[in-house]
Amino acid sequence: MPALFSGIGGEVMVGMGFGRRAILGGAAVLAAPRLARAQAGEPLKIGEINSYTAQPAFLQPYRQAWTLAVEQVNAAGGVHGRPLATIHRDDAGKPEDAVRHAGELVNAERVVLLAGGFLSNVGLALGDYAAQNKKLFVASEPLTDAIVWSRGNRYTFRLRASTYMQCAMLVEEAAKLPAKKWALVAPNYEYGQSAVRWFKELLKAARPDVEFVAEQFPALGRIDAGATVQALAASNPEAIFNVTFGADLTNFVRQGATRGLFERRAVVSLLTGEPEYLDPLGDEAPEGWIVTGYPHDQINTPAHTAFRDAYRRRFNDYPRLGSVVGYDTVQAIAALLRKANTTDTEKLVDTMRGLQFASVVGEVTFRALDHQSTMGAYVGKTALRGGKGIMVDWRYADGARYLPSDAVVRTLRPAG
Amino acid sequence: MENLLLQGLNGLASASSLFLVASGLTVIFGVTRIVNFAHGSLYMLGAYLAFSIVTSLPRGHAGFWGGVVLAALAVGVIGALLEMLLLRRIYRAPELFQLLATFGVVLVVQDVALLVWGAQDLLGPRAPGLRGSVELLGLRFPLYELVLIGIGPVVLGLLLLLFKRTRWGTLVRAATQDREMVGALGVNQRWLFTSVFFLGSLLAGLAGALQLPRESVNLHMDLATITEVFVVVVVGGLGSLPGAALAALLIGELHAFGILIFPKITLVLVFLVMAVVLVVRPRGLFGKAQVAQAAVASVAEPVLGRAPAQLKWLGFFALVVAVAAPPFLAGDYALIVLTDMAIAVLFAASLHFIMGPGGMASFGHAAYFGIGAYGAALLTKWFAAPMVPALLAAPFCAGLAGVLFGFFCVRLSGVYSAMLTLAFAQIAWSVAFQWVELTGGDNGVLGVWPDPWATKLNFYWLALGCSVMGTLALRRIALSPFGYALRAQRDNTLRAEAIGINAFEMRWVAFVLAAGFAGVAGGLFAFAKGSVFPTALDIPRSVDALLMVLLGGVQTLAGPLLGALAFTGLHEQLVRATDYWRLVLGGVILLLVLAFPQGLAGAVRQWWEGRRHG
Repeated sequence: MPALFSGIGGEVMVGMGFGRRAILGGAAVLAAPRLARAQAGEPLKIGEINSYTAQPAFLQPYRQAWTLAVEQVNAAGGVHGRPLATIHRDDAGKPEDAVRHAGELVNAERVVLLAGGFLSNVGLALGDYAAQNKKLFVASEPLTDAIVWSRGNRYTFRLRASTYMQCAMLVEEAAKLPAKKWALVAPNYEYGQSAVRWFKELLKAARPDVEFVAEQFPALGRIDAGATVQALAASNPEAIFNVTFGADLTNFVRQGATRGLFERRAVVSLLTGEPEYLDPLGDEAPEGWIVTGYPHDQINTPAHTAFRDAYRRRFNDYPRLGSVVGYDTVQAIAALLRKANTTDTEKLVDTMRGLQFASVVGEVTFRALDHQSTMGAYVGKTALRGGKGIMVDWRYADGARYLPSDAVVRTLRPAG
Repeated sequence: MENLLLQGLNGLASASSLFLVASGLTVIFGVTRIVNFAHGSLYMLGAYLAFSIVTSLPRGHAGFWGGVVLAALAVGVIGALLEMLLLRRIYRAPELFQLLATFGVVLVVQDVALLVWGAQDLLGPRAPGLRGSVELLGLRFPLYELVLIGIGPVVLGLLLLLFKRTRWGTLVRAATQDREMVGALGVNQRWLFTSVFFLGSLLAGLAGALQLPRESVNLHMDLATITEVFVVVVVGGLGSLPGAALAALLIGELHAFGILIFPKITLVLVFLVMAVVLVVRPRGLFGKAQVAQAAVASVAEPVLGRAPAQLKWLGFFALVVAVAAPPFLAGDYALIVLTDMAIAVLFAASLHFIMGPGGMASFGHAAYFGIGAYGAALLTKWFAAPMVPALLAAPFCAGLAGVLFGFFCVRLSGVYSAMLTLAFAQIAWSVAFQWVELTGGDNGVLGVWPDPWATKLNFYWLALGCSVMGTLALRRIALSPFGYALRAQRDNTLRAEAIGINAFEMRWVAFVLAAGFAGVAGGLFAFAKGSVFPTALDIPRSVDALLMVLLGGVQTLAGPLLGALAFTGLHEQLVRATDYWRLVLGGVILLLVLAFPQGLAGAVRQWWEGRRHG
């Protein structure tokens, strides 16, 4: 068995908490010597699996914030006196590797619970592993609705606002637009297809007079932007719904702007307001798009300001949305372990159902109904300020308001 | 109508940039016969270097175009260094072995780019004076795309001039046709190869740099490009510049118009085109039979011998340990890893069977692995089949696919055949990916867990049993009369046919057998992981199998065994040990390639025989 502290990837991140606690908490140690020994000896291990080498742009900020959150929890004395420790693993974007790591973390490292996942299929594979092996899995990032609905199970919970929720938030805005003829563009995989399906369904329900005149499904990461823009323009839509992100988005925006695709047309776009995707566009960021995202520099609630300042102090950088997801996943796990005060999986699952915790963006609940958290997203418009894209006129859309009725959710979730 | 014309121009722009990358690859292949997997990495480096250089030079025409040229030259130098320090040392290794080395380079470059340029996509500056668009038929078209449409043909013209009008070009053409002869005539081959690598890499770098005003520079550029470019080169005919140009045009235009009719077709279109072209024209559009290749092929590879007694005892002993030890010393996780290894060994052995004794490379062997996995998983999902019948069905599903795909693939030879297997694998992949109702699409098939009796230990024994029996069966077949006939047609098809061996039939049967055994591995994989996703038959899995076989050594039957164990073991340890496992794994592969050009098993055998004779 390789040593636990063998390297970056296998690092057990107990964090810097030890040193600081030793200085700050000398009195506490004297007062409770037995507790202190238990802390040093028995960290609560969390197994975290993510596609670090496949998706570094999102996951580096995520991992940094994760580290920060663990350090803070431990500096404050850990969970019932026990520090948190995380073992990170890279699945390189392959579900089968993720499942192997899960096996290692559960069987060899004896972690209390599993967390992580960026890609939807990795999240689903881990969720299925969790159900089979009766281990709690806190999915942080995967957006697919299947993870809590059609393929949801007792042991899997998901933090981030799902594809459905973010579509519902945007449809609310899209329905207010005068546009009737819509064109859609989405990456050709489950996320893109679901987003298009929900958008069409929800918008049609809100506005029976709309019609959808064109759909484009470029392969993920391989968009032929010029041809795609041309094909959309040829259908002469009044508004465009975009689901592409990352490199596809950048290329789509560049070609679309040069060819005037976005002129006199409303654009509604998923995730585009996230710094991960907006910042690379620089001074070519589109203006006036209705987006979901994360206006990191303008959210001045006490919780978020504290988070942003701590993040900047620690990493000399501003937080991305990935940072929020990483930080809040740790907050959720810490809240869970505090409340449950046990490492028994069944009791953890029971506690997780309906668990409330204070996230960076506000109070969030993991619904007992479908294990989806009520974490929301920021909805606003893009604008250019000082040569870079930002979000304006934004508001926080509480996730709880953008889910179907309980009766509908029950039909969507066979697992109950 | 205007829209269609403009769509045609879009196709031309894509074709032009495709051609730039493909031209470099085809020139390199024509002369050196190296399947250069790292060509996409050179392209990516061109884009990153251009970004760094252009943004640090003063704005304006000189800054931009100067930066592009400098970046291309820098990539050319990197390519030349690659040839001198790495590839030059392994030209004598078996065919395709260089592919392993270039794959090592791909891994290293991925991490180096991440370390140097960071994770965030970079949006480069636009070309000065070409930011805007022109009005064509009442529609807007970007100026830069127009310029790009012009650059492709200009580069093609310059290259043709270079090859037709200069002494160096004449030598390159001569080497493309028959490099042994060129060597015999006293031409310094080293210098020729290095200069060809310089030119090819420079073209890749130029193509990458010219993308700067079009697309963002990102870490996925290398692999997103390389397969498509290989398709262009093969469709055009390996080593043919006009062929690459025509193929790029064909694929660029098909893309542009294809998305108007079938918006979801982009995933698979290029592979459909390649499959059709190769079935109709087995050497691509403009490819020619290579004299040198035929000459090399007539040299028989060493005859496979019976293993020495000591080796048999060693194998037997290892098997006893593998069966008896786990219950006592290993935890559950070790069982998972050992199961993975057993599956990898069988998968690699099945590929080795067609590559070694069969003499056919396959870039798409994952298809049969994946079809086996899906066959087992779908039986479980739709018919609630228990584990054993589902496992038994896996090789039949895979074998059936082997019958169909193999019929077309085995009629071709060399890289063409390998690329056709890749085309079929990608077509199978896109079916798994897009037929959501049946396969669940990229969300996969979940809940494929073993029956209750198959605990982790029992399942490991099952996997080990299948793996050992499978490899022994393949070994038995390789040493049977059928195996001898198979090797005979590999070493000299003409002579083999003259003595009445039906080469086509031998190859076809071998292909189907290999597919069937890969299917067994795939079925086991499905139950070991509990779920199946399209990644089971995606390109990286085919590449993994290829790496295992090449690492172990093609010429020995123990090769895939050693290769699979070394590769999965290394990967498993490194991923857990460091964030930069790609860098380390790539570096280790490069070292192994340089140290053991006959593969691990080949090196062991050489040492063994040297000891006996010396």
